[in-house]
Amino acid sequence: MLELRDITYAAQEEDGAEKEILRGVSLKVDERFVAITGPNGGGKSTLARIIAGIIAPTSGQVLLDGEDITALGVTERARKGISFAFQQPVRFKGITVYDLLRYAAGKKISVGQACDYLARVGMCARDYVNREVNASLSGGELKRIEIATILARGTKLSIFDEPEAGIDLWSFSNLIAVFEKLYEEINGSIMIITHQERILEIADRIIVIANGAISEDGPREEMLPKLISGGQCAKLSAV
Amino acid sequence: MDSIQKALLAQVAGLHGVPEGAYNIRSDGELAGRNTTANIDIVSKKDKPGIDIFIKPGTKNESMHIPVIIEKSGLKDLVYNDFHIGEDCDVTIVAGCGISNCGSQDSQHDGIHSFFVGKNAKVKYIEKHYAEGDGTGGRIMNPTTIISLEEGAQMEMDTTQIKGVDSTKRITEAKLAPGSTLIVAEKLMTHGTQTSETEFTVDLDGDDSSANIVSRGVARDQSRQVLYLRMNGNAKCYGHSECDSIVMDSGYVQAIPEITANSVEASLVHEAAIGKIAGEQLTKLMTLGLTEKEAEEEIVAGFLK
Repeated sequence: MLELRDITYAAQEEDGAEKEILRGVSLKVDERFVAITGPNGGGKSTLARIIAGIIAPTSGQVLLDGEDITALGVTERARKGISFAFQQPVRFKGITVYDLLRYAAGKKISVGQACDYLARVGMCARDYVNREVNASLSGGELKRIEIATILARGTKLSIFDEPEAGIDLWSFSNLIAVFEKLYEEINGSIMIITHQERILEIADRIIVIANGAISEDGPREEMLPKLISGGQCAKLSAV
Repeated sequence: MDSIQKALLAQVAGLHGVPEGAYNIRSDGELAGRNTTANIDIVSKKDKPGIDIFIKPGTKNESMHIPVIIEKSGLKDLVYNDFHIGEDCDVTIVAGCGISNCGSQDSQHDGIHSFFVGKNAKVKYIEKHYAEGDGTGGRIMNPTTIISLEEGAQMEMDTTQIKGVDSTKRITEAKLAPGSTLIVAEKLMTHGTQTSETEFTVDLDGDDSSANIVSRGVARDQSRQVLYLRMNGNAKCYGHSECDSIVMDSGYVQAIPEITANSVEASLVHEAAIGKIAGEQLTKLMTLGLTEKEAEEEIVAGFLK
């Protein structure tokens, strides 16, 4: 489904010097649930943003179902079936939860349908559907709304950038349940950037990115014990 | 009424026919229709253009419409409308002005509305301003709203300038007695070379009075918006004012807050934020499949909703 060919990305620093963030990343993704992990600053989120078209790679190709989509922008990629859940959900003044779900669905939806999406992420829908997506919502609430928009989109590739970031323990437990359910229901692939063992435990495949390159890649059964013994993933208690 | 006038009425007052309840429709500077009810009386002023509206004490759940529409190019219409709202009322008043100017002369409406809100009365006041027309003449609206709230009275004012108004000077002055509350939500969009100047002056004179004034504006193209927000805490009171603006293209927004505590018991807060649409907001909506233009329109529409 998704193929990355020799992706590199260099960012310009304040002093004008270029810093290499990604170096020759190539991979193919066909599994239902792929987790990307690795140390902070290793290039994971940059890679996710390149796939979604939010930033353009310095070189390399992004292919979706064999089609080269490297030159396509965010909107075109979204319409071809890529969804992206932000690490820090975006807040809006005046745009409601219902509005976001309607945009995500790409059509007019009933309030009942919007409520169904929210219920699937463990939210009491009536309390939220008409709320503005603004600072009155907590980080955990925003995360779940962000995930609900991905459900409403129902695309072939759903990318989540550290869904666990900035949420409390209670919300995290609920989040795991949401992803477990999503795994059962999804008709496509999920790619999650994460540091959390509980999320890695659901993955079919785990890819480690460090220093801008893939350092390890393999099935969960093989990768998870290595990562845990190496202390590379956070225990639930660290959330 | 012709189709243009009907369309204007629908825009500014949501009217698609003769409204229920009391109404006074002014068209091209003249009375075009009036209805009174048992509780709401409307009387033309003798000494100057305009009307006096008398709402009997205790009137509940009634509404009235007082739209003004102008289609005649070159007309300069000035009206004084005074609202005398009795004690313990709970009413909704829908005003608004629509100008369609297809000529070469300026069309202008200056509406001076004074509200005398009795003890413990509740008023919701909805005001919309809209203009259209492909003439070279200007479309000018200068609404002035003077509010006097007696003890325990509440007034909620939603004021919106939808689009098409070339020049506007919007003045709102309010005096609040003990225990009274004023809530104002202003939404303003300017485009082209339009200019807008808004002035709020709120005197919190009574103990336990409170005011919340929120102005949201979007300045597109080369349009200019200037906002003065003055709040004077003269007693044990709470006041909050907020200016929130989006600038687009070569738009210009200036917000000038002024909060003054004349009592140690006064608590006043002002917030202001002016900026372009956040890039991350556009990106988020684009990841949902909207184009950049569509995302921009949705963000602006939501902001002014």
